Amino acid sequence: MQRYLVGRVVQSIVSMVVVSIVVFALVRLSGDPIQIMAPAEASQADIAAMRAYLGLDRPWPVQYGRFVTRALQGDFGQSVRFRRPALDLVLERYGATLELGGLAVVIVIVVALPVGVYAAVRRGRKLDYAARAFAALGQAVPPFWLGLLLVLVFGVILHWLPTSGRGTPLHIILPGITLGWFAVAGLMRLTRSAMLDVLGTEYVKLARIKGLPERHVIWKHAFKNAALPVVTFAGLVFVALLNGSIIIETVFSWPGVGLLVIEAVDSRDYPIVQTVVLFLSGMYIGVNLLVDVLYAYLNPKIRYSA
Amino acid sequence: MSVPAVVTEPRAETAPHRQERRSPPAIPLAIVLALVVCAVFAPLLAPRSPVEGSLGERLIPPLGMDGAKAGHPLGTDRLGRDTLSRLVYGARISLSVSIVGIALTGTIGGFIGLLAGFLGGWVDTLLMRIVDISLSLPGILIAVLLSVVFEPSFTNVIIVVVFLLWPSYARLVRGETLGLKQQDFVALARIAGCSNLTIMLRHIVPNLVPSILVLATLHVGYVIVLEAALSFLGVGIPPPTPSWGVMVADGRGLIEQAWWVSILPGIAILVTVLSLNILGDWVRDRLDPKLRQL
Repeated sequence: MQRYLVGRVVQSIVSMVVVSIVVFALVRLSGDPIQIMAPAEASQADIAAMRAYLGLDRPWPVQYGRFVTRALQGDFGQSVRFRRPALDLVLERYGATLELGGLAVVIVIVVALPVGVYAAVRRGRKLDYAARAFAALGQAVPPFWLGLLLVLVFGVILHWLPTSGRGTPLHIILPGITLGWFAVAGLMRLTRSAMLDVLGTEYVKLARIKGLPERHVIWKHAFKNAALPVVTFAGLVFVALLNGSIIIETVFSWPGVGLLVIEAVDSRDYPIVQTVVLFLSGMYIGVNLLVDVLYAYLNPKIRYSA
Repeated sequence: MSVPAVVTEPRAETAPHRQERRSPPAIPLAIVLALVVCAVFAPLLAPRSPVEGSLGERLIPPLGMDGAKAGHPLGTDRLGRDTLSRLVYGARISLSVSIVGIALTGTIGGFIGLLAGFLGGWVDTLLMRIVDISLSLPGILIAVLLSVVFEPSFTNVIIVVVFLLWPSYARLVRGETLGLKQQDFVALARIAGCSNLTIMLRHIVPNLVPSILVLATLHVGYVIVLEAALSFLGVGIPPPTPSWGVMVADGRGLIEQAWWVSILPGIAILVTVLSLNILGDWVRDRLDPKLRQL
């Protein structure tokens, strides 16, 4: 277990270093970094300040060292457009992203797990077919388009819900559902197939023969054992939500980190793009690590063999 | 687009159920064929230019609505461009991105997997660590970064596709190669004096083709949604090229007055991807049932 943990942590650190090198190198590979990093409205003074800040006359390793040292101290550069530290801007928007992601996680768990479990239990019945049709559809619907469809139906036609921005609790409903939708489809399919495997085993049959209540058999005996592949998928769900949040925030003008980075792409505000990429990659890598550790903890096969 | 490209199918599916699906599902197959025809013969089939419109014909609704015009059966967008023509040309973008992207990914990922599986030892360890690291990097952020440093382009989309998918091919091929390596025909080839290179290319690679093809079929729908999503965000195919994702983005601000501009291309994506996924499942069941667990 310890060896596995150490290996996994080292791998996460290497991943983060790779991200930092990509962020650092891409902009310098492409010719004059100032051309890319300075937005159109930057003044001569801004450009001179940026040149001095980056130390572009120094050798690459020195520049990279400086870049990493500063990043570790929380200094990711100044946004020229907002004239403020990029990290502050990202952190301000972070709450909104977490709020949306949190709601989506709740939707995913509340919908996908029970439906997946009961679809397996009632295999071949109506609920099962409905769940499978939904899963197939869920994976084919582009999430950004689903968002617009919901805007059209619930905002434009029915006037029930607000369609952009953040404010009242009503504002989060459409983006939350859209963000949750995609992950629901995948997790439901996986829960169903994991449950099908477990329901066919001898110990579940035995639990039934013993006359235990069906609810007890399903959740205590079957689901607990089906949960393992589901936990692995949790990491992928998170990944889906993270990628999805960039898209969904853009669709609904939800003022989170995802919208910030897309706005920054439009205005070519490189310090912000770079900060968001580093920040979200860090989260992504961190959560993947957490999921793997949790998985190893739950699964003795990995705990002892590695 | 962000959910794993291929999700586990229930393994416990009964055999008779599978037998029923001997012939390909007709409707999805017809849709995909129609799409290929659209992509190949777009200049002949599209009634108008996909990039030039007339401002006098802005936001004409599709047939069946008030103000529709016979010349524009699916209406026009805010620049007066014909929706139907743009959809037909859009099939070109979707298909070329998936074909080029997946062919490249399959080759690169497959080659890496072959080396890892065949050579084993430290090469294997090193390559598989690279796979792990690659899997832990967020693809969409790489796309965002690429689009700021270089302008958004077809090439960027391909880079992102390759980046996101190569680990699946590397893992698949490595696993298969490990199994093939133990087989008698490899030992015999070695006795006959074949070099490592010959064994890999002449004896192992042909046996890898079916599984690679199955995985590739299953990925087509995923890549189409990915391209559309990137283009929608403005980090994929740049406008005015009629990518379906660009079209949805074009209609985003118009949803109140002209829903068709963004809703129609979305339906095109949905129908295409659904058909491709159903066909992909069928191909998998036909060619390689043991891949059901992928």
